[in-house]
Amino acid sequence: MKRLKLLLSFMKGNRLLYIGSIISIGLATLFSILSPLVLRLTVDSIIGDEPFDVPNWVSTLLSYIGNRDDLAQKLWVFGLAIVVFTLFRGLFLYYKGKWSAIASESIAKNIRERLYDHIQHLPYDYHVKVDTGDLLQRCTSDLETIRRFLAVQFVEIGRALFMLGFVTTVMVSLDIRMTLVAMAVIPIIFAFAVIFFMKVKRAFQLSDEAEASMSTVLQENLSGVRVVKAFGRQKYEIEKFDKKNREYRDLTYRLIRLLAAYWSSSDFICLLQIAAVLVVGVYWASIGRITLGTLLVFITYEGMLLWPVRQMGRILTDMGKALVSLERIQQILDEPIEKHEKHENKPEIKGNLEFKNVYFGYDKDSPVLKNITFKVEKGQTVAILGKTGSGKSSLVHLLARLYDYQRGSIKIDGVELKNIDKKWIRQNVGLVLQEPFLYSKTLRENIAISKPIDKESEVIEAAKAAAIHDSILEFEKGYNTPVGERGVTLSGGQKQRIAIARTIINNYPILIFDDSLSAVDTETDSKIRRTLKERNKDATTFIISHRVSTLAEADLILVLDKGRLVQKGTHDELIEQDGLYRNIWTIQSSLEKDYKYKIS
Amino acid sequence: MTVFKEQEYSKRFDFNLWKDLIGYMKPYRKLLILLGIVMIGVAGIDVAIPLMNRHAIDNYVIPKSLDGIWKFVLLYGILITVQAINIWLLIALAGKIQMGVAYDIRSYGFKRLQELSLSYYDTTPVGWIMARMTSDIRRLSEIISWGLVDSVWGTTMMIGIAAVMLKLNWKLALITLSVVPILVAISIYFQQKILKSYREVRKTNSRITGAFNEGIMGAKTTKTLVREKENLKEFQELTGKMKFASVRTAIFSSLFLPIVITLSSIGTGLALTFGGNAVLLERISYGTLVVFIGYSTQFFEPVRELARILAELQAAQASAERVLSLIKTEPDIEDKKDVIKKYGDFYIPKKDNWPKMIGDITFKDVSFSYKNGEKVLENFNIDIKAGETIALVGETGSGKSTIVNLACRFYEPTKGQILIDGTDYRERPLAWLHSNLGYVLQTPHLFSGTIKDNIRYGRLDATEVDIIRAAKLVNAHDFIMKLEKGYDTEVGEGGGKLSTGEKQLISFARAVIADPRIFVLDEATSSIDTETEEKIQDAIQKVLKGRTSFIIAHRLSTITKADRILVIRKGKIVEQGTHSELLKIGGYYYSLYTNQFKEEEKVII
Repeated sequence: MKRLKLLLSFMKGNRLLYIGSIISIGLATLFSILSPLVLRLTVDSIIGDEPFDVPNWVSTLLSYIGNRDDLAQKLWVFGLAIVVFTLFRGLFLYYKGKWSAIASESIAKNIRERLYDHIQHLPYDYHVKVDTGDLLQRCTSDLETIRRFLAVQFVEIGRALFMLGFVTTVMVSLDIRMTLVAMAVIPIIFAFAVIFFMKVKRAFQLSDEAEASMSTVLQENLSGVRVVKAFGRQKYEIEKFDKKNREYRDLTYRLIRLLAAYWSSSDFICLLQIAAVLVVGVYWASIGRITLGTLLVFITYEGMLLWPVRQMGRILTDMGKALVSLERIQQILDEPIEKHEKHENKPEIKGNLEFKNVYFGYDKDSPVLKNITFKVEKGQTVAILGKTGSGKSSLVHLLARLYDYQRGSIKIDGVELKNIDKKWIRQNVGLVLQEPFLYSKTLRENIAISKPIDKESEVIEAAKAAAIHDSILEFEKGYNTPVGERGVTLSGGQKQRIAIARTIINNYPILIFDDSLSAVDTETDSKIRRTLKERNKDATTFIISHRVSTLAEADLILVLDKGRLVQKGTHDELIEQDGLYRNIWTIQSSLEKDYKYKIS
Repeated sequence: MTVFKEQEYSKRFDFNLWKDLIGYMKPYRKLLILLGIVMIGVAGIDVAIPLMNRHAIDNYVIPKSLDGIWKFVLLYGILITVQAINIWLLIALAGKIQMGVAYDIRSYGFKRLQELSLSYYDTTPVGWIMARMTSDIRRLSEIISWGLVDSVWGTTMMIGIAAVMLKLNWKLALITLSVVPILVAISIYFQQKILKSYREVRKTNSRITGAFNEGIMGAKTTKTLVREKENLKEFQELTGKMKFASVRTAIFSSLFLPIVITLSSIGTGLALTFGGNAVLLERISYGTLVVFIGYSTQFFEPVRELARILAELQAAQASAERVLSLIKTEPDIEDKKDVIKKYGDFYIPKKDNWPKMIGDITFKDVSFSYKNGEKVLENFNIDIKAGETIALVGETGSGKSTIVNLACRFYEPTKGQILIDGTDYRERPLAWLHSNLGYVLQTPHLFSGTIKDNIRYGRLDATEVDIIRAAKLVNAHDFIMKLEKGYDTEVGEGGGKLSTGEKQLISFARAVIADPRIFVLDEATSSIDTETEEKIQDAIQKVLKGRTSFIIAHRLSTITKADRILVIRKGKIVEQGTHSELLKIGGYYYSLYTNQFKEEEKVII
């Protein structure tokens, strides 16, 4: 019920179109059953000499054209009637097709956009944990299942119902006993179709799974081609693939044979039904119970009825799939998005920071940051050091409000961080992630992604500051080189530097580098940092790094261990204390000594 | 940094291409003939049923007599039974051919992919190959089997209907069929249009998938850049385009059917008008009139089918070209005929003739350039003694990877020779070299299966004892035993369940179990936790012992222990010697070392 409600909510604005297409399909069906009636009239009463057996208004209408003998000379009237009726049928079929397409495509568009926007507003934490492959699957193939259901199957059900209703009505009005003969097998065929497609679900699934597992072997072989070659395992791989290829072939063939059995037996039932109508009809026509025209109508109607009924059996089983897909999409939409406070508190941000007894944990019982207290002046550089899992990244993520702290207080220029608008704070905090993501656009567009630029020089300056300008020029298309699957593959260091360029193109008052210079060599690292300082003296900068040279230059060094701030101070202060910082420094120095010794 | 460029494909109908493709159906010749016969049977009965109706009308209904109706019923019963059997046969046969052809083409493709050299993989994205091997082949096999079914049926049906009509009354036949030429022209026109606009839909759809992928993968970055609004706007452009293209396609198809049925109703109208007259004049029977009316609507189905097949064949041509181009790509590196004759190939190696490898490697005036002419090495010379450990140091693009690829014969020199144990390695089979090669990649690649399977990959006949011994040697045994299922732990797709370091250890075990003479190590730089890091360092030392080895080095500790360090710059050895020798020179290595390697000592963290 909830799912239907969701579906209805997506239909908003298009319900009229749906109603229109359902009415169209009704009218199209109505016109399609008229032509055989024209035929019946012509065969029985114009060419033949049966009395008129038509509603009064039809005979009145016909009397305008002429009496029976005149009509026999004007057979084209009936030919034309068939053409006109078919034309109307075609017209409504067209509107049905057009309107149902517009409606279902609009719904698909709505769902797509809602999903996309919902996903990008889901909290940071969701994206850290989510299975991206599964999420993508839901956004694409599940959505396609729903779209197809709405565009094709939904309307098909309407067609089948109208057909059944209209045809039965006309048949009953013509001859009840003949109707019983004509309808005898319909329920059986319907039930047969439903039961069959329920039963073969498993076979469909097996074939799909076999294909997936074949694809996996192929994928692994291709991405591991060096391993295969280095071990000379070609023959082994061919055998492995052959097994999967064979399995897929055999399982799918098994499915096809099941389908062959279904279609041939259900065809047989249908043909029997038609034969029954013919034989019984011929018998009754020969003894004069029904006319030849009526017999023709029954034969034609039978052919029109059987196909939609068989299809409906299949559609009803497919409907289950659409409902499952709808639920999978609903699960995404049910995930709560990031909360945005109603107040739009957007204070000017200069970069003075104060952490006071801050606690934070991804779940409340196990804090990742405990009792963090420190203070930073605008324009200072803070270096953070700690082992993996010590809480370094969490600390800087708090600053961009990707997560919210649970206890304590963080003040930016005296304003409590929690009270500052999320998007506003992110527009003022330049955060370069450890593994940055580049969009599949050109390099220029990637660098200018967060800022509408007026001058080309801004992009180039940012690229130069991030020490990536020269590498970019080495590409054939320079700044117009596309990134991504159809473009260049960049090395980790290049990606990091592009990410730095796109961040520093803005003059953020607060800059954060989450280990984002790790794939860049030391020299470039220090060059980048120097240029940054020159560009924006007032920016408060946070750097997570393992490099002593980077750490030593900072105004404040924070050493984290298991979520606690164990040491803070300048290089000169920390070198005097026993701890992680001095450890690193000592080892680096001994290395220095070691190589000086080797030189001498 | 290579940019993949896809070939342009022709748009005109290419008969040779389809002839090639039909060549793949040869093994199914008998089934194809049988299928053809079945299809002619199906069409024949489809044509015959209206004739049965005619017989019934003319012989029982009109004369109001039931003489001989039992024979009629019997014949009708036989016809529908045969038809049901035909339907079964047609689906089963077409399915068998479809799956068989797909299986065959896929096998050829996969075999070819195993033979192709690395240079192919360097320039062809895996995604591209995947699409050719899965959806393209599926589509082709569908079209050639079911296309055959429908075209035989359609043609027979059209010929049959036309023949029967002409025989019954040729004048009425010509009048009724007068709309057919227009029907054919319109069908062909619309099917082309529909397919073309459908292709646009599919293209847009794959762009939407790409956008979703980007939206999901880049969600974190999007947050930090506050780009939600712009992203949505760009996405909406795509969905708008998608809606437009889909609706347009739907309108084309919704326009097609009405036109076709109206046209065929003109045929019906004509049949009724002129046929009715003929009945009145007693030139034809009631039954014949009914047959004509029936046929006039039956005729458009095969026309539509044939037009559809024609359009689909055209659309599938690109798939066919891509698949065939994959199968026909010649590998750059192949064993010479006389080498294969003497030593066998990958499939049937004649191992008895293989010499034992010692492990001396010599590069003699080796030059190498990529196909695009980009020179990497020129007149490169080096002599490596069996058992020596060589570390290669240099910037990205300096040529150090190329040297290793050449030594492994993943590439072959464009000029000069590489000698193994004094003989040009092109005089020996690839399989021989590779069976003596141990290779550990920077990012370890494991196959799905258990840990045991993955280690055994190095030597297929290894026993359980061998596997455990190998794992122990590289310090992998302990962590494997800590896993719930031990050696039977599934590593999952791409080895997702293990840490990178653990995967690396397994790939070491895999290499060491093969007991190779030559060992290549493309050292990992990714951050690995301290404990595993130590284990790997230890494993490396054990593995390299007594083997000729190449290390593309990133870590100081491995380099310092190498017998010889080659400093490569722009395809040339600029410095070589041991660590301390090179430091003494105070050259390029010295500056590399002081700038980079000392900083990478974050082991202590």
